[in-house]
Amino acid sequence: MARHARPLSPFLHYRWLYSNTTSILHRITGVLLSLGFFLLVYWLAAAAAGPERYAAATRFLGSWLAQVVLLGTALAFCYHLLNGIRHLFFDAGHGFERPAARKSGWAVGIGSIVLGLVVWFVVRASLGGGA
Amino acid sequence: MSTLRTPLRRVIGLGSAKGGSGHWYSQRVTAVALVLLGVWFFAGLVRLEDGGYESVTRWLASPLSSALAILLVLTSAWHALLGLQVILEDYVASKGRRAVLLLAVKFAYAVAAVVGVLAVLRIAFGAAA
Repeated sequence: MARHARPLSPFLHYRWLYSNTTSILHRITGVLLSLGFFLLVYWLAAAAAGPERYAAATRFLGSWLAQVVLLGTALAFCYHLLNGIRHLFFDAGHGFERPAARKSGWAVGIGSIVLGLVVWFVVRASLGGGA
Repeated sequence: MSTLRTPLRRVIGLGSAKGGSGHWYSQRVTAVALVLLGVWFFAGLVRLEDGGYESVTRWLASPLSSALAILLVLTSAWHALLGLQVILEDYVASKGRRAVLLLAVKFAYAVAAVVGVLAVLRIAFGAAA
């Protein structure tokens, strides 16, 4: 990196805006969900390993620490889902007008918190708090 | 010329995008698939009677659910891999370290994806013993 003494990009000069916030959150939630994928595989493997192993897995997933992780995963999933759909519209060339992009960005942010909490509560209720 | 490589071969692939369009398009295809598979998965969890072994395995053992669960595992692994690759390419400056990390990530997701698929197949067809 130190081969060139000239500035290469506007390093550390970005203003904190909705646009770069939604962008970096998409990356962060993507990384979190990439880790969450291993939880899905763990859960499937436990179910395949028989009732005892599955019961042990649900006990672990029911612990408060795992529940916090799963709440975080639900929020990350909903954010990545909604913002991903927003990006698919961007890819198709829609929604780039400033008011529309700002509105959709805020809608994704607020919608993902609401939807994430709903998903976590509803799944938790459905699975009997077990997982 | 003191090399076995032709000038054309040395130039091909040196653009900034390299295999970029294929990567970009796969990311979108898996994204659309995951919208559908993700909604199916959470709807399935919510419709379960409870989170117990019987209800979960009965759900995943039905042919359609097994197929969609396998697709969910494969598509998520692929989508995650494509996304992590972009992040490694953006934030890891050293080409050598980037290649090693990418290889490690690919191996990890290959193993996890196969474990996930085998788990669903085992739920669907029953354990051998």
